[in-house]
Amino acid sequence: MTAAELIAFAAFEGGVYSQAFPAFGVERRGAPVQAFVRFSDEKIRLRSQVYEPDYIIVQDPTLIGDVDVFMGMTAGGIAIVNTEKPDFDARVPEGVKVYAVDATTIALEELGLPITNTTLMGAFAAATGEIKLEALEHALRSRFSGSMADKNVKAAERAYNLVGGAA
Amino acid sequence: MLEFMEGSHAVAEIVKRCRPQVIAAYPITPQTHIVEDLAQMVANCEIDAEYITVESEFSALSACLGASAAGSRVYSATTSQGLALMFEVCFNAAGMRQPIVMSITNRSLGAPLSIWNDQQDSISLRDSGWLQVYAQDNQEAADLHMIAYKVCEDHNILLPAFVCFDGFILSHTYEPVSLPTQEEVDAYLPAFTPYQRLDAANPLSFGMYATPEYYTEFRYEIDQALYRAKDAFIKAGREFGEQFGRDYSALVEGYRLEDADTALVAMGSICGTAKDAIDEMREHGRKVGLLNIRMFRPFPTPEIVDALKGVSTVAVLDKNISLGSGGAVGTEVKAALQGSGASVYDYVIALGGRDVRKRDIAAVVDLAEKGKGDMFYGLRTEVL
Amino acid sequence: MALRIGCVAPPGKALDNKTGAWRVFKPVFDPETCSKCGMCAMVCPEGCVRETEEGTFEPDLDYCKGCGICEEVCPKKSIRMEKEEK
Repeated sequence: MTAAELIAFAAFEGGVYSQAFPAFGVERRGAPVQAFVRFSDEKIRLRSQVYEPDYIIVQDPTLIGDVDVFMGMTAGGIAIVNTEKPDFDARVPEGVKVYAVDATTIALEELGLPITNTTLMGAFAAATGEIKLEALEHALRSRFSGSMADKNVKAAERAYNLVGGAA
Repeated sequence: MLEFMEGSHAVAEIVKRCRPQVIAAYPITPQTHIVEDLAQMVANCEIDAEYITVESEFSALSACLGASAAGSRVYSATTSQGLALMFEVCFNAAGMRQPIVMSITNRSLGAPLSIWNDQQDSISLRDSGWLQVYAQDNQEAADLHMIAYKVCEDHNILLPAFVCFDGFILSHTYEPVSLPTQEEVDAYLPAFTPYQRLDAANPLSFGMYATPEYYTEFRYEIDQALYRAKDAFIKAGREFGEQFGRDYSALVEGYRLEDADTALVAMGSICGTAKDAIDEMREHGRKVGLLNIRMFRPFPTPEIVDALKGVSTVAVLDKNISLGSGGAVGTEVKAALQGSGASVYDYVIALGGRDVRKRDIAAVVDLAEKGKGDMFYGLRTEVL
Repeated sequence: MALRIGCVAPPGKALDNKTGAWRVFKPVFDPETCSKCGMCAMVCPEGCVRETEEGTFEPDLDYCKGCGICEEVCPKKSIRMEKEEK
């Protein structure tokens, strides 16, 4: 959810109307969570979940076997998947571009924790061009402070550059 | 100026600016972010309030009732099971004419246990004498708290109010909102002046018992106060519009109803999705409109009848079910439209947080136009 | 009588209602045998037992309803419930 919130916030700072919300499963730590984001030039009135995403971010690769994470995507869509193994087995719809990023390792190295949301945000920014790195950095610095902010920015930047090179 | 934040946080920020003097609340999903924010604000001395941490929702509302009777502006928030636990106190609060404002982050009632949204909780207390208003987005959720205090504290009204907004769908959604400054809120909402209060120097007992000779007349007076609240809300909503640029003088809001053959009727966040669905249907030449009921109690019968004049088919979306009867809003809309000639159908939908898509709204319109109504929409017969 | 908003009412009615008229038995206190323990005053449900200047106790017969709890608890059997002549 934090990733969704920060991406939406960064987009808002970039001048669009954005919306971010979660879909919780059961109330416990470790339960699968989905979060949804919409951007628009106009006020967003729609409240339903997102069924035909233009973009998806998968933070937990173990879900790929159990859940059709790419469901509803069409040609032109972009997926960013946190995984060490780029050749994961999944039904990727025709025309969807997948970026495999080992965000867990980057996060462990930069933050000391396997919390991948900010890293994946950097990858998202580079892959889609929907938010600028500066807006992302601003969003991170408003959410985190001091060395925590620096570390998260560094992690996001690393992923950004990694994907920017491949994009 | 627009700021990007979670609905709960926007509500907490507005409540802070309303200068409550006593806050008593018990945490319950999905209201928790509001009361946690307020507790933090009190701890940081950003609000000059007494925050009473109680052991249950029954105590929370009891504490609010006592504090209100003692002459304080009070606030609480709850939902679902918590509101159910407050049942008795709700009736007492309205009977004692205390202007308590309480946020309801609408959530379904168990059993079966569910943390997800529907409007069963507040709707189940429609008999209680509390005003009920429903927000369709986070801006409305925030703004309606200010208007509620103003209406409730009017000495001609003196009633408590539920400010309802859909749990998770609004409370946990981040979107842009415009927050007024403290000065702006002070200009709109003056300090609370109680009509009467508990005072050792001038002792009064509140909530005396009434014999059969008097009980009916007491209840009649509460009923009358609720109806007076309609005009008070319209006035306060208009003043809000003049000061903040967002007008709330309408008890119901019509969307593309002017030439509609079919009208949807709904409350809360589902209206946002419905409006998008209506725009799509209109592009395909279908004449559909929406009536958003902003104020559910008192029930705006004449306003509904007026708004739906000329509509031949009405489809009510009910995020609740009065078990053994039907959707509560549908039942009341049917009564209101009695004799109008319109066909009114009721669709129980989105219970327990089931997502509603634009295609579902369109499907309801199809069903209504085919004369198929009064049903649980989208019933999954395969699991029955 | 006009209704008051919030079903409020000023206090003071209770004092007008001299509940002493309700009783059948009346307590008789014997100061000679009283040990001044104060149990009678403590247990009286109506707050109708008051201390005298000498430290013994006496009932407030305007309000005493004749329940007899004072007689029950008196350790010196110094209180006796008697049928009252009306």
